[in-house]
Amino acid sequence: MKFITEFRRSELAEGLISQIHRQSKTSVKFMEFCGGHTVTIFRYGIRQVLPSTIEMVSGPGCPICVTANADLDKAITLAQIPDVIITTFGDMLKVPGSHSSLQKVKADGADVRIVYSTMDALKIAERNPTKSVVFLGIGFETTAPTIAASILQAEKKISNYYVLSLHKLCPPVLRAILDSGEVKLDGLICPGHVSAIIGSHPWEFIARDYGIPCVVSGFEPLDILQGVDMLVAQIENGESKVEIAYRRGVRPEGNQQALKLMEQVFEPCPAQWRGIGEVLNSGLKLREEYQHFDAELAFDIDPGPTYEPKGCVCGDILRGVKTPIDCRLFGKLCTPGHPVGPCMVSSEGSCSAHYLYGGGFEG
Amino acid sequence: MCLAIPALIKSIEGKEAEVEIGGITRRISLWLTPEAKVGDYALVHTGYAINVLDQEEAEETLRLLEEIAGMAEEEG
Ligand code: SF4
Repeated sequence: MKFITEFRRSELAEGLISQIHRQSKTSVKFMEFCGGHTVTIFRYGIRQVLPSTIEMVSGPGCPICVTANADLDKAITLAQIPDVIITTFGDMLKVPGSHSSLQKVKADGADVRIVYSTMDALKIAERNPTKSVVFLGIGFETTAPTIAASILQAEKKISNYYVLSLHKLCPPVLRAILDSGEVKLDGLICPGHVSAIIGSHPWEFIARDYGIPCVVSGFEPLDILQGVDMLVAQIENGESKVEIAYRRGVRPEGNQQALKLMEQVFEPCPAQWRGIGEVLNSGLKLREEYQHFDAELAFDIDPGPTYEPKGCVCGDILRGVKTPIDCRLFGKLCTPGHPVGPCMVSSEGSCSAHYLYGGGFEG
Repeated sequence: MCLAIPALIKSIEGKEAEVEIGGITRRISLWLTPEAKVGDYALVHTGYAINVLDQEEAEETLRLLEEIAGMAEEEG
């Protein structure tokens, strides 16, 4: 497939790998922020082909994984309200909240529907005028503009469509992780599709204020290797700047139209991240003009106290301070068939990637 | 979850387009990429084109990677 297969050519991968081996002298720890990158790295065994000087750690870039239990509980409570139809991306169904999951309440009769796009959710709302259709707005800057577009399409036309806005923004959480000082990073592979929207400029504070080299990468194996190669070059030259390895998909200024729609509908607010806590300006809430779409205001939701899954260290994994094999439940009590925490549910969670692609024994 | 797939735009009707992804035809929204044209490849995320892929940049990147691979061979 065009734009995919060319970026999987093994002879080009070999070239990059030997260049990385030749150039990498300093021992470094690089974080791949995005869960999509984690999946590529595991699927193609990229950790194994890198020199011993380079350690890769996974970051918090899995929207489902970082959704706090208190927020999951809200979604599950909403699903149990009569005449409410929950529409959501598929991965959300199995994620365990404090007491239940969307899948369990669906089995008990709640109307929970998996959609591929917010456009499908709008159609469901149109076809069910006597019901309230709530879309679970989970995702980063890549997804938030699509939710904004759905709200603008519904405006003045569809009055039974609501959004539970649990969107999260990536640059603020990276700042929070770096400020905590818990994990020392020498380089960052920045998320490709988040950057397709926001551009590369929003990462500049990391290179400037923290002296950490950044490279925006795509999702094919050559993209990741090129990203690592560019990080190594910066390290060995004593530089720290923001570069783009994914130039076919990312422009420095991002997608202005998407940013405009997102800005029109949403404004930043504090958000809760699993394992990280509240991070200022890292969430999005509906602006006053669009509050009639806000599911939290339209319905009375009180899910009660939250509980974290016992023994699950997802929170530490998301901060980059632990790996799945540090979890006693990994592969034993917690598997993709019986996930205890969200990092095992989401296909791009670290625990699921370790489990499925067998990277689990090299820490 | 930020998965986005390259898709060839076959036709455009208002703010929607028909695209082909790996032989399968789908309808997508162009709300976020009003500049998209027939024949472009769009990056499609949850039914929305989030960007138009830059063909020249893709070729440029591949040229660079071929150069690196060539160098590796010479030295290897
Ligand atoms: S293996 Fe399961 S229980 Fe352990 S951290 Fe991962 S998701 Fe949580």
